[in-house]
Amino acid sequence: MLDWENLLQDDIFEIAGRKFKSRLIIGSGKFKSFQQNKEVLEASGAEIITVAVRRVNITDPSRENLLDYIDPKKYLILPNTAGCYTAEEAVNTAMLAREATGINWIKLEVIGDKKTLLPDMEETLKAAKILVKEGFVVLPYVFDDPVYAKKFEDIGCAAVMPLASPIGSGLGLQNPYNLIFIKEAVSVPVIVDAGIGSATDIPPVMELGVDGILTNTALAEAKDPIKMAVAMKYATIAGRLAYLAGRMPKRTYAVPSSPMKGVPFKE
Amino acid sequence: MRILLNGDEKFLEGEVTIRELLNILGIELREVGLAVAVNGEVIPKSEYENYKLKEGDKVEIVHLVGGG
Repeated sequence: MLDWENLLQDDIFEIAGRKFKSRLIIGSGKFKSFQQNKEVLEASGAEIITVAVRRVNITDPSRENLLDYIDPKKYLILPNTAGCYTAEEAVNTAMLAREATGINWIKLEVIGDKKTLLPDMEETLKAAKILVKEGFVVLPYVFDDPVYAKKFEDIGCAAVMPLASPIGSGLGLQNPYNLIFIKEAVSVPVIVDAGIGSATDIPPVMELGVDGILTNTALAEAKDPIKMAVAMKYATIAGRLAYLAGRMPKRTYAVPSSPMKGVPFKE
Repeated sequence: MRILLNGDEKFLEGEVTIRELLNILGIELREVGLAVAVNGEVIPKSEYENYKLKEGDKVEIVHLVGGG
């Protein structure tokens, strides 16, 4: 009998030599509590969780810490450089992140515009070059530009993370063709980052053949983040399986599914 | 001694190491989750015990928080 429960058993998601079963990556921002974040992480099946690096509040150094809830031995804690607007800021933040996490992985973000939070590709590329030389595993948040995606691969980035739509917008997939072009242009993993609004936005993205998906706000702002996490877990699997299964061609007109011959009561 | 701590002025009595500064501030030294930079240079945790702060040092103490 076909082991349909384990169809994805050998479909390994690999970044910089590290293997993952889940193609879903989640963020840790904007959750009600660390406890809720932990439950969402467990429910989602994700093995990678992003974090930010921020100043400790000196007047009230909080006793509670995200890492009291999320075990870095069990999950890959992927720090970001969110909030950085220049290559220099991002490189310095990455250095702090490396010391804080004890690993050399960085989700590189260099933002170019406050309103849209779109990346400054020139500064991002500049920072990526420096960080790759410093021995970082660099995963840059990028515009859905296949030409730039190739440049990031060429300088040694471990993956590229194009947006589906702006960060926190929940607009879902806006330009499937660019993501297809990016997937064709690079051989490093393509992880779609930003723009997912709900679990139902995930399958159309995964069906394009991209390697992974990252979401945060859609979980944190869901009415029930745990249910959304479970929905996203299955949505990611559904999208991946649909991609591997291969969709039928799209046609303008209907084609009957039942035989035309032998229809009863026909003269 | 006056230092700039996370962007704000802070006065310290006598000679203070990073380790002692963390104690004064009540910040737990976490192997994973904490990082300190002095004048833009990240200081490895192994040096906290002996690294003495100087007048005018710009100290950044950061931790990992929720983010996307």
